Amino acid sequence: MSSETKDRKKANTPGFDPARRSFLGAMATAAGVTLAPGVILYGISNTSPVHAKAVDAEVSNAVRWGMLIDLNRCDNGCDECVSACATENGLSSFGRPETDAQWIRKVEIKNSQTGYSKSLPVMCQHCENPPCVDVCPTGASFKRADGIVLVDKHTCIGCRYCMMACPYKARSFVHESLEDQKPYAPRGKGTVESCTLCVHRIDADLNPACVEACSDSGGGAMLFGDLNDPNSVISQRVGKYASQQIRADLGLNPGIRYRNL
Amino acid sequence: MNLRRISIGMLAIMLVAISSMSAVVCAEEDNAASSALLPVIPVGQGEACVEETGFMRRNHMELLKHQRDETMLKGVRREHYSLKECLNCHVVYGPDATPVTVASPSHFCRSCHDYAAVSIDCFQCHASRPESGDLPADHQPGSVLSVTTSVSGSD
Repeated sequence: MSSETKDRKKANTPGFDPARRSFLGAMATAAGVTLAPGVILYGISNTSPVHAKAVDAEVSNAVRWGMLIDLNRCDNGCDECVSACATENGLSSFGRPETDAQWIRKVEIKNSQTGYSKSLPVMCQHCENPPCVDVCPTGASFKRADGIVLVDKHTCIGCRYCMMACPYKARSFVHESLEDQKPYAPRGKGTVESCTLCVHRIDADLNPACVEACSDSGGGAMLFGDLNDPNSVISQRVGKYASQQIRADLGLNPGIRYRNL
Repeated sequence: MNLRRISIGMLAIMLVAISSMSAVVCAEEDNAASSALLPVIPVGQGEACVEETGFMRRNHMELLKHQRDETMLKGVRREHYSLKECLNCHVVYGPDATPVTVASPSHFCRSCHDYAAVSIDCFQCHASRPESGDLPADHQPGSVLSVTTSVSGSD
């Protein structure tokens, strides 16, 4: 049984106190920092379950999910996060890259003066003030209380205003009929979709698929957690080290942050 | 006089027609499994459905819609009334011992909706069969499901 499953079971038992667990986690993190700064910290962050939520509890705005991506650990040729996303969410390719869905992609940036290039994973940035939600005429594009920006495909009419409004080009339109979708990731022709931060996994107290893949077989560059919790590893890291948001000038306050960009 | 004769004749014809129709309906109920007119409803897993059968027949769409909004907007992932859980219990296996999709006329949802001429678009987006890991533990793929043939007009 994985530690995540154990913790989920524990969370549903009456005697379990999540605050105590996060305190112990913080103590372990502090010990890790003292022993080997920057190394042990990653080891802990990638295996720790994110938060305990009962299955029948509503999400609340006490939590703000975010991600910190350390580009020094992100290899230019690595696309483990992209393939893990496709596998997890059943994003099949029709061999037409122009219209195939992309929830996460590796974007290459290059300094034309020095020739230095770097590729970074870019997905829905889960903005605090999402322009896709502002422009949606039906209310299908919405932000969940815990900061995850989603599309309610029951009300999406496929107008693609949100795709125009998104400065990150994070959204895709489903152009073709689909079959055999994943039970936890419904997708269908005529609707817009994007990275859900693996909302089904988060609700089950797991890390998003890209984060897990990055830690298992990639460089361990991605760190997922609650930006509102001062004891979470991600909060401590963004508090301690410089990090950037893409197009921070737009004032959207994305939940995805980058280091060493 | 003529008019009276004609009306008696009409009445007789109608009576014959009605009795022959009811005979046909009885015959169909006897071998409904082979009839194309009545739906063949596979029995689900477990002891009982989440609600009483008659209630489910009338209200399953309301339960699903309520649960859908709770899950979609608020992240409440109770399994009780979820579409995923419907499909897990009411799984139907095809000849190749794998769960059938809605493309098959024997699919649980489709069998009834075809009969009722209700076109649903749930499965344009949602998976119409469970993933192998979601299947009920006590159910072995390939086991033969019995079928109910009773479809009374009152439900």
